[in-house]
Amino acid sequence: MSETPLLELVHLKKYFDNPAGLLHAVDDITLKLYRGRTLGVVGESGCGKSTLGRTVLKLIESTDGQIFFKGEDITFKKKREMLPYRRQMQIIFQDPFSSLDPKMTVSQIIEEPLKIHKVYAEKYDRENRVKELMDLVGLDDRYVNTYPHELDGGRRQRIGVARALALNPEFIVCDEPVSALDVSIQAQILNLMMDLKDQLGLTYIFITHDLSVVKHISNDILVLYLGKMAEMAPSDRLFENPLHPYTKALLTAIPVPDASYKGKEAEVMKGEVTSPINPKPGCRFAARCPFVKEECRTVSPEFREVEPDHFVACHIVQ
Amino acid sequence: MSETLLELKDLSVRYTTDGIISRAVNHVNLKLNKGEVLGLVGETGAGKTTTALSLLSLLPKYTSEVEGEILFQGKDLLKLDEKEIRKIRGRHISMIFQDPMTSLNPVFRIGEQIADVIRIHNEGIHPQEVSDRVDSILSMVGIPTSRKREFPHQFSGGMKQRVMIAIAIACNPDLLIADEPTTALDVTIQAQVIKMMRNLQRELHSSVILITHDLGIVANFCDKVAIMYAGEIIEYGTLEEIFDKSRPHHPYTKGLFGSIPNINEKTDRLHPIFGLTPHPSELPSGCKFHPRCPQCMEVCKEGNVPVYYEGDYKCQCWLLAGKEAAV
Repeated sequence: MSETPLLELVHLKKYFDNPAGLLHAVDDITLKLYRGRTLGVVGESGCGKSTLGRTVLKLIESTDGQIFFKGEDITFKKKREMLPYRRQMQIIFQDPFSSLDPKMTVSQIIEEPLKIHKVYAEKYDRENRVKELMDLVGLDDRYVNTYPHELDGGRRQRIGVARALALNPEFIVCDEPVSALDVSIQAQILNLMMDLKDQLGLTYIFITHDLSVVKHISNDILVLYLGKMAEMAPSDRLFENPLHPYTKALLTAIPVPDASYKGKEAEVMKGEVTSPINPKPGCRFAARCPFVKEECRTVSPEFREVEPDHFVACHIVQ
Repeated sequence: MSETLLELKDLSVRYTTDGIISRAVNHVNLKLNKGEVLGLVGETGAGKTTTALSLLSLLPKYTSEVEGEILFQGKDLLKLDEKEIRKIRGRHISMIFQDPMTSLNPVFRIGEQIADVIRIHNEGIHPQEVSDRVDSILSMVGIPTSRKREFPHQFSGGMKQRVMIAIAIACNPDLLIADEPTTALDVTIQAQVIKMMRNLQRELHSSVILITHDLGIVANFCDKVAIMYAGEIIEYGTLEEIFDKSRPHHPYTKGLFGSIPNINEKTDRLHPIFGLTPHPSELPSGCKFHPRCPQCMEVCKEGNVPVYYEGDYKCQCWLLAGKEAAV
């Protein structure tokens, strides 16, 4: 593919300095994301998926590595220099209860980015754009002057989506946008996000811990484990042929809503996620891996392409 | 036929706050046999937790009103006074709460918290026996006994949930209520906890009411399923009956299944339920689901909805009415 990727990460790292040592939240992420694609990022709590989303948008500074947006290196851009890029990249947050300013009305919240970026000279145009956005995300007009606390989770998340869309971005990081919602509402928001993607030609990084959601919405999936890339492949292939032992364990751990699964003893992975502070050399998954070899405990596996577009970091995969 | 352990008869719970009446649970009829695992499924505000709390008389005293009967081993729990209830609570019926992070006492060692339950329900028990029982319970839930002198903050989420389960099963209860026991946990840890609970249930032969919104967990663990909507049980049956797609179902049940992306099937679009769950203070007339129902008919809008029975299976919907004797 000769097309420039919309987003390219090269050996991106984010370490947090912690009293106990260096916390490797995001450790050596290299990937390309092309226009119109959705990359699902999955992993358990503490695997660095949210940190990755924020580092990509430069909401937190990276420790090492580079971020290219449309071929341009934005890693060291200053706040002011980032402004034109901010219009093109947005984020939808996980918790629609705490990510909206309780003192602002719905229209003020959606309008804010338009004001900051001085998109419209006239107030009238801005108000029209707010109405247009509310319409786009399925929020009724009558909510213009309500406050977030008056609305339920689903509607609040629609405000979050409308705010993210206000500046016509090309790229949106969705950080667990549906995990705080009930299933029936979750499905409404997922459908909305997929429709918007087609309609507006958006590119998503979709961060979630829910594998069935990620399969539903993504073209490619990246599995993270303790900040490291474990496996990356097109969505279907990852589910049909998972290679990394962690991916396999994740897939078997999902309870399937089907009566024929009752009482079937799925293989349950032992142990828990170890600490990302000053990780030991070798594979991060070694402590829980059922196939662990001597090599795994000493040498970090290389993230390599084992078949076209299917990458995995594991010593035991041939 | 197996023995009935618990029977709810026409149970209703109302909350009154600032003069506003919320009808959280409405005329629930439910039976649970010994050794059975019942999944109570529904969304936020469906009345699942309120139903569970009413079994333990843990509802706020001055703002809630309970009507109906809760027959536990033949005794009506609603007629007991606080002293009598305390003998049942924790001993015969116990509960695992949703959030293990906040349900443990942060200033007591976990071994002590487990021992507490044992001492309260076994007056005059020898300290050595308490300590032995704590050890055996800890090993049952997979916590090394060496950790019993640690405090809750030293445990991870999954381990804390095991402590909660240990407290709940400390007195070998007849009925265990688990309120979303794995919602706060990661999938791999969730799988560990579910597996452990299933093994414990088999070992102890207790009955379990599992409150959840996750149909996947229900399929893995439950014998019977009750679907709740707006304080009513709208469909009830065996796991196989509820999950059998070839059978007719309540439109809400269908909606719930349509809302979850199935990992084994490729679907382009989900089929969510239109609209929102009604607030329990403003329940619609007729069938509570009618404003959101894609198959809503004129009859659904007013009056009582007939219940369709087939053995133990029941479904409260006009669509199934007339197929058999309606009530």
